[in-house]
Amino acid sequence: MTALLRTEAVSKAFGGVHALADCTVEVDAGSIAGLIGPNGSGKTTLFNVISGYERVDGGRVYLRDADITNAPPDRVFRSGIGRTFQLTRVFPRLTVMENMIVAAGHHDRLPNGSGRGLSGLRSRLARAGGPATRRRAIELLEFTGIARHADVPAGTLSYGQRKLLELSYVLIASPAIVLLDEPAGGVNPTLIGVIADRIRDLNQEGTTFLIVEHNMEFVMGLCDRVTVIDNGTPVVTGPPEVIRTDHRVLDAYLGTDDGDSDLPA
Amino acid sequence: MRTLARYWRAPALAALLVVAVVFPLVDTSAVDTTFAINTLIYVAAVTGWSMFSGNTGYVSLGHAVFFGTGAYAVGLLAWHQHLAGDVIFATLPLGGLAAAAVAVPFGLVALRVRRHTFVVVTIAIFFIFQLLAFNLAFTQGNQGVSAPFLQWNPATYNNPFYYAGLIIAVLTIAWSWQIRRSKFGLQLRAIRDDEDRARGLGVRAMRSKLAAFVISAFVTGVVGGLWFYFIGQALPETVFDPTFDLTVALMAFLGGFGTLAGPVLGALILEPLQQQLTLQFTNGYLSQILLGALFLLVILFLPRGLVPSAEEWLTAGRAWLDRRRPPRGPVPAEAAAPETALAARKAGE
Repeated sequence: MTALLRTEAVSKAFGGVHALADCTVEVDAGSIAGLIGPNGSGKTTLFNVISGYERVDGGRVYLRDADITNAPPDRVFRSGIGRTFQLTRVFPRLTVMENMIVAAGHHDRLPNGSGRGLSGLRSRLARAGGPATRRRAIELLEFTGIARHADVPAGTLSYGQRKLLELSYVLIASPAIVLLDEPAGGVNPTLIGVIADRIRDLNQEGTTFLIVEHNMEFVMGLCDRVTVIDNGTPVVTGPPEVIRTDHRVLDAYLGTDDGDSDLPA
Repeated sequence: MRTLARYWRAPALAALLVVAVVFPLVDTSAVDTTFAINTLIYVAAVTGWSMFSGNTGYVSLGHAVFFGTGAYAVGLLAWHQHLAGDVIFATLPLGGLAAAAVAVPFGLVALRVRRHTFVVVTIAIFFIFQLLAFNLAFTQGNQGVSAPFLQWNPATYNNPFYYAGLIIAVLTIAWSWQIRRSKFGLQLRAIRDDEDRARGLGVRAMRSKLAAFVISAFVTGVVGGLWFYFIGQALPETVFDPTFDLTVALMAFLGGFGTLAGPVLGALILEPLQQQLTLQFTNGYLSQILLGALFLLVILFLPRGLVPSAEEWLTAGRAWLDRRRPPRGPVPAEAAAPETALAARKAGE
């Protein structure tokens, strides 16, 4: 089975610090993959490299067979990779509905090249968010449980609601794979349960997930496969029950005697 | 209450337009119509500026480049082609196109940086253009360009300029309104809120910003051309004028940066005021000092501008009324009270 998302020997350095080194990760289509590791191990950098916010120093990134290495963020999103941010980012002065419409942007256009030329111009001049887009947006907001806030500025939402909004608007573009950066971070336990349920529901419908998370219970309960990354390099990949007992994971988190594992946390 | 606005807004705008159309026929004073033309020029200029700056949050202090380019473009054309009469108004779109052409390289450089750096870069590029206007051969240095001599009836000399200004202002406002409600406008406001997040949601940020910048430059160029014909001369220091940008920005901030009505209101208040002050005080600097003081007052007491502040006061006032009003109908008082209070608080947020 070929992987939906694949990074091949990706490396990335900031000055002298190697954030990623020889980082090869594969995510199978239809799976929920977890990515864990100590703080500073390169998880978010890997997300940034995949989603186009950072350029790689070496290695390649593939979505199915398409090489998306160093593609800009807007093209990565269009190609079918949605992501959320560790520190949730929504458009605070746009309403929740407008947030959804921004993310639906390129989806309004038809795929048969009509996005160009005169009809493309017309679609850009037309009122933002046609009825179909709004219907889909409300469906998703109902799915995540924040539909009644559709008309308030997103800046008035609570932190947890913003996380749900971020998840909703990433989904409106029907991405093949969603990268979630700490979906459970800073969220109350009830909401964590809601988020986990929603991820499971979406996965049943065919959406693939790659999740960075520190909440072990959340990761182990949700993911099919978990990759442990340390010092920018994956050290072990396997099902949660195997990872839980693997000594290399304990080494990565707690450090080893020979001192090759530094813990910036 | 909010739905009521839907019913009176269209008639109110229509009435305002009628007043604007008959104004020079009723008030034939040349001083008054000159005030009005300058005001319309600034209404169009500040609306054009807001198409870019208001939507994207990128504050440009370099729009005088487009004003000057528009003025020089139609000026040189009229001068070389010996244009005179009504045909001059047909050249105004060419002024806009010249400004738009300049905006492409300008934008490609300046839009690579954000926030304060962007402001500084626009100022720097502005001074380069002013220097070019002083020193290039075809702009004729200090001499500038003179407008054709228009042999219009002195009694109604201002009227063609007034109506041209009115048409340009109305079209610009309509265009700006259309952009705001379009997907393009929404993308611009998403860029304003969080540009990197917008890129991660498929928004081609550079392309959108540049398109808004060029459209905004086009409008400013048209306005510059009209100003040139009206004043009759373009000098490097009068059309590539740094106070143009400061005035436009002040108007936008006074009325409400990022809104549609705010900058228009700001121009309607400030431009007549500025001209009245200039007339009142023969010492030109005094009017500038008073305007500076006004600017400080605005920043101190109305940092968000008149329109957003007025909206806040209205909703706060409504909420206060709702709290005081006894609940209607069969709803028991104790059941209704907390709900209305909650609704009022929501409205106030």
